[in-house]
Amino acid sequence: MHNKSLSELSLLLRQRECSSVEMTRYFLDRIENDNRLLNSFITVTPDVALRQAKVADERIQSGNAETLTGIPLAHKDIFCTQGVKTSCGSKMLDNFIAPYNATVVEKCQAAGMIMLGKTNMDEFAMGSSNETSYYGPVKNPWDTKTVPGGSSGGSAAAVSARLTPIATGTDTGGSIRQPAAFCGITGLKPTYGLVSRYGMIAFASSLDQGGPLGHSAEDVALLLNVIAGFDARDSTSLNHPKEDYTKHLNDNLAGLKIGLPKEYFSEGLDPEVFKVLEAARSELEKAGATLHEIHLPHTELAVPIYYIIAPAECSSNLSRYDGVRFGHRCNNPSDLTDLYKRSRAEGFGAEVKRRIMIGTYALSAGYYDAYYLKAQKIRRLIRDDFVAAFKQVDVILGPTTATTAFKIDEKVDDPIAMYLSDIYTISVNLAGLPAISIPAGFVNQQPVGLQLIGNYLNEAQLLNVAHQYQQRTDWLMQNPLGIAG
Amino acid sequence: MSLPKVENMAHLARISLSEQDIPLYTHHLSDILSFVEKMNSVDTSNITPLAHPLDMVARLRPDIISETNQRDHFQTIAPQIEAGLYLVPKVIE
Repeated sequence: MHNKSLSELSLLLRQRECSSVEMTRYFLDRIENDNRLLNSFITVTPDVALRQAKVADERIQSGNAETLTGIPLAHKDIFCTQGVKTSCGSKMLDNFIAPYNATVVEKCQAAGMIMLGKTNMDEFAMGSSNETSYYGPVKNPWDTKTVPGGSSGGSAAAVSARLTPIATGTDTGGSIRQPAAFCGITGLKPTYGLVSRYGMIAFASSLDQGGPLGHSAEDVALLLNVIAGFDARDSTSLNHPKEDYTKHLNDNLAGLKIGLPKEYFSEGLDPEVFKVLEAARSELEKAGATLHEIHLPHTELAVPIYYIIAPAECSSNLSRYDGVRFGHRCNNPSDLTDLYKRSRAEGFGAEVKRRIMIGTYALSAGYYDAYYLKAQKIRRLIRDDFVAAFKQVDVILGPTTATTAFKIDEKVDDPIAMYLSDIYTISVNLAGLPAISIPAGFVNQQPVGLQLIGNYLNEAQLLNVAHQYQQRTDWLMQNPLGIAG
Repeated sequence: MSLPKVENMAHLARISLSEQDIPLYTHHLSDILSFVEKMNSVDTSNITPLAHPLDMVARLRPDIISETNQRDHFQTIAPQIEAGLYLVPKVIE
């Protein structure tokens, strides 16, 4: 059952070959057996899941089911879930029971999907390896000595090990695509504003975007159908008409123009990863696409300006954690300042503190123009590079990451090396574009991700290209060793 | 970045740092700041800063109450309350 696509699972339920309760129990058992090894869940919610599954079964019986009614999923622990702990991977929120549901959670519930639990993540989504989580690192199912990537590493590992058919994640600088690449699955970061940020714990508000992590482009399209859409409760939500993201999956690629940015295939990219991408490129050529070299000249500035913009926004967003209204509070504060300072010192981990301090510095009097404003100006140059590129090509193809998954502890003491692991994903967030990472092969039995970047609101086209590639290759059929079951 | 500067940043961010932590934070924060220096290689004198990737302006709504009072509900997760109020150390003598 765990190797089935969402459409196949949906068919099983509709044809009454399996009930949602049975399907839910099946995946809960898989979590029970394998999660200890992977640490991909912070909270498993069997009671909620079985209650929702019973309701879904009644809905299927009465003929009111939607495509994903009765199908289990896991939510990244950044999405608020009413009555269920929402920790954001932090000690600060270890005792936080969200008083309301995120819009994404609400939409999945309304579609009749079943929440299996909340997945592990880098603390407040700040990290590229899942090692900054208060709940310990997640292991990559392909090699448990390596990281699953981050920050949505728990979601990626859980999908990859088939503990859940699909999961939600968030992407601020690559946090859906990089773990999807490292774990050999498909992850989509939608256009900024397509998926509501309401109830999604804020890190860097001008960059944060929720999206799906699943096995195939088709599965991801089905979940995007559920979670995308305008939300008045998110002031940056796009008022874009509802689309069916599965509609163009089978379109022919003849005449499709694919851009290859020179800057993405230069030094720094592992030569073995390069070979895998070359093979993928020719596969798409065989499918009728044409390849064109393009330039994104400001690429090397993306990581530096991201580490001004994201920390600046984070320092502002995380000022709400003050030990007064919710979250961690220190013992016996001597005065109000002591209460703030010690609650935050005890509640936040080192990476979060570093980013808050950098952001505070970049926004402080006398430094604002030199850092934050300068970074926002270069952000426009990066965006304009893409605008110019999309006048020549339909989609852009490149690596998701420069290498396959690195070892646990390898980069944990070197923040800059860790930051640079997002070099190919960060520009997309700065420009607000949609992008998808899909499995494209292996180097030393470790999965390699291929990234496709689309023009604004062109998710359907990205999913079409990804699906066509997945129809022609069998990377999706491969499971991590020991997980196949 | 100097030690006193890091101490000041930590104070502005309302985070207490222990004596033994300060050198490592100073080291890491200095690394990050020299890394972002690369920004200065570009002349941006005629560029307008980009605040929103789709150049969208904030949506406005009519000034009418849209939320219900949920004080009790929200206070169930507060660290310390009394009579519907959040308790903090004494601020005014």
